[in-house]
Amino acid sequence: MKDNSRRGFMGKAFGGVAAVGAVASLFAMKKSWDPLPSVKAAGFTTLDMSGYKENELVTEKWRGKPIFVLKYTSEMIAAMDESQKPRIITVGEASYLVTIGLCTHLGCIPSYDRKKESFLCACHGGTYDLVANVTKAPPPRALDIPPFTIKGNTLVLGEVGPEYLEMKKNGLTL
Amino acid sequence: MKELLILVVVTVFTLVTYYLVEPFAHATLHKHVESEAFAYADLPAITKLGDATRGKELVLGAGACTGCHSINVADISAPMDAVGAAGAYGVNPPDLSNAGVVYDEKFLNALIKNPAHTLMVEHKFDESKGEMHPMIPFYGAGGDIEQETADMIAYLQSIAVSSEKLTPAMAFENACGRCHGVKYEKWTQVGTKSSFKHKKDELAFDIKVLDYQDSLKAYMGKLPPDLSMYIRSRGEHYISTFMENPQNYLEGTSMPRVGVSADTAEKVIEYLEDAGDTKRHEREETGKYVMIYIIIFAIFGVLWKRQVWRDLH
Amino acid sequence: MAHFTKATSIKDWLNQRLAIEKVEKVLASEYWIPKNINFLWAMGMILVVTFALLLVSGIFLLMYYQPNVDLAFDSVNYTIMREVGYGWLWRHVHGVAASVVFLIIYIHMFTGIYYGSYKKGREMIWISGMLLFIAFSAEAFSGYMLPWGQMSYWAGMVITNLFAGGSLHADGLVEWIRGDYVPAQAFLSRFFMLHVLLIPLAIIGLIGLHFGALRIPHVNNQDGEEIDFDEESKKYLAGDKAGSKVIRFANDFMAKDMMVVGFYLVFFFYLVFYHYGFAMDPVNFDPADGLKTPAHIYPEWYFLWSYEILRPFSTDIGLMAFAFAQVIFMLLPFLDRSPNAVPASRRGLFKYWFWAMLVDMIALTAMGKLPPEGAFSTIGLVAALVFIGLWIALPVITYFEKKA
Repeated sequence: MKDNSRRGFMGKAFGGVAAVGAVASLFAMKKSWDPLPSVKAAGFTTLDMSGYKENELVTEKWRGKPIFVLKYTSEMIAAMDESQKPRIITVGEASYLVTIGLCTHLGCIPSYDRKKESFLCACHGGTYDLVANVTKAPPPRALDIPPFTIKGNTLVLGEVGPEYLEMKKNGLTL
Repeated sequence: MKELLILVVVTVFTLVTYYLVEPFAHATLHKHVESEAFAYADLPAITKLGDATRGKELVLGAGACTGCHSINVADISAPMDAVGAAGAYGVNPPDLSNAGVVYDEKFLNALIKNPAHTLMVEHKFDESKGEMHPMIPFYGAGGDIEQETADMIAYLQSIAVSSEKLTPAMAFENACGRCHGVKYEKWTQVGTKSSFKHKKDELAFDIKVLDYQDSLKAYMGKLPPDLSMYIRSRGEHYISTFMENPQNYLEGTSMPRVGVSADTAEKVIEYLEDAGDTKRHEREETGKYVMIYIIIFAIFGVLWKRQVWRDLH
Repeated sequence: MAHFTKATSIKDWLNQRLAIEKVEKVLASEYWIPKNINFLWAMGMILVVTFALLLVSGIFLLMYYQPNVDLAFDSVNYTIMREVGYGWLWRHVHGVAASVVFLIIYIHMFTGIYYGSYKKGREMIWISGMLLFIAFSAEAFSGYMLPWGQMSYWAGMVITNLFAGGSLHADGLVEWIRGDYVPAQAFLSRFFMLHVLLIPLAIIGLIGLHFGALRIPHVNNQDGEEIDFDEESKKYLAGDKAGSKVIRFANDFMAKDMMVVGFYLVFFFYLVFYHYGFAMDPVNFDPADGLKTPAHIYPEWYFLWSYEILRPFSTDIGLMAFAFAQVIFMLLPFLDRSPNAVPASRRGLFKYWFWAMLVDMIALTAMGKLPPEGAFSTIGLVAALVFIGLWIALPVITYFEKKA
């Protein structure tokens, strides 16, 4: 009898040791499914804001999506009304538009007209103004602003900063 | 009897579900456009009988067609190569050798006089800003303009191959292939990509294609899609009615109405079937034999079951 | 050590080593099946045949498919469809079988529900069957990613987004599943692995469990009759085949199964050659493009009912309803409180419950594909609420059911 219970105990102990190994290997398996460092590194895009020219749209790429960057001229800022100004992103002295360049209707890429200072989505004719607010349907909402944080004269996309949180809280972006 | 009733119940529920998720749902999701049989009803009919000899003089002379277009059968080459022409006009103007058979004559007649309107791309050109369709309208050579266009069309028809000799590839390349590539047929906007002996030659060809595509992109707003799998992704009816009038489906699209004849449209469809549904003949052929075999299989199944179950009842 | 004698035949040689005669008896000639069954009892065999078709066609597709985001689309649509001899046939068989297998699974499931084949010791048959349903769903979804067309990409995007759990914002989990911020190379490779190795292994294991679960309680019959299998099989072996209530699995049951399989294959190959469009969505013949969303995103037809349960509600409630729909069928043997293991037609209110559930699921399926606007959206919401309501009502109506 005594022998038996001892054998039972050792069996359980052995099972316990095996379980530790199994759990440890699960940890390795979980890690193997993680996004790779190269993928993660590509998930943050640092934009050096000193290189942009006024009223010239540049399309950057962040996490497989196009990102519109447009540096405003002082005339543009002066002409804006109060509903437009909160969407401006200020880095250093200059003001910018930074949005995900996908139409919020069905995800086409709108084009920028320098002369009209507006965006047109060629797919279904939606238009956006200078701060990417909708001026003509069908798009349901303004172009989305990617999570960003301002670091000196650079903008890091993918990292949530206080300015972005403020915009999100005010419902300026999804 | 009871089994038959069960079969009916199962079949009815299956068919109802099928009807709802396939024909009914797709009819609701997608707009249906009826074919107009390439009648181009909005365009005026040709009223005059054309004369090919006078037409030749107009096409090569006062009409100034060969200022941009090549006519290979008449040994007239274009002033620029495809890449250069795309740089200048946005897209390479078509060779006119077979224009008389590829395009509908009513359409050609209207096109010569007012390209932007006939192609249904007026929305792309703001005349107040001096934007013009790259093809210059023909305002007449001094005589009766209706007679002159009829003559030019008569000439184009006289030099074109007969419609029996127009192959699907010829139809597609002239009507669609200057904007659309078809990777699976090795077709690019500047021609068929052959196999190159030297990597350098291949890269040179690729650069030509890329340069052409850049001009095209600037002209059209975006690069027109590759059509390799369009026969499966859009289907015959959609492609055919889209060719007739792209605005039916995509209002404001920069794709022009191409103006192909009904016969050319069928050939374009055949070309796309060869690209994206290459094995359709083999499928139909094999299907017949497999169906015959599988029915015999089922009959033997019934016979075997009957024999085994004779003792069980 | 066992004693081996010189074999008198190949059969004897094998028999000494593998006991093939005994195995044949246990698995076929003395595996007893009730006689009072109809063609719905052949659905299991049809599923085995369809799974075999999927396996064989899949092996040939696997030889030319390239799990690479740049090559996947062309390896399917150019290499397999244009170049490989009969490659188009394997692909159409694979695509149509993947769709039809769910039709048969649903018929098989509703047969089980109708005849009460999940009660009185048959609970594990039902549960292993539902596990198979989940495994097949995962297999179908992962396979749908592989051609890397527009629907593959966007269905992958939308479905993996569900794991963010609405307000929980578990974006990390979504990225972990994808191996990237968006479906990309890591995503395609891992779903390829799941589709060709891990899930098929699980399916084969579960099929073994499903068959094993049948042995002790035996197959149900269409009258809900309790059969004494020992008694009846003795009668059969004594020669009274007509009087016995049981038949051999092989050849008796098998012969009937194969007859139904024959009819099924006529239907199946008709679909493969002449009516495959329903199983191969046109949108998926456009190559994946992360910068362009298709106008309508919907799953394949067999997922529509659960997708529709998700859709009419706000994000969080929708996700809860969706989770409910995924697990609730598994609990059927425990929610049905009635001891009656007889056809639904002889079971009071449950009779109505069965048909209501069937019609409701078809309504959900239809609405799941249609755009969520106007009347469709209302019908979808009502059908989703009815679905939940029916499951809540089930324990109550079956608790008060009279003994049949």
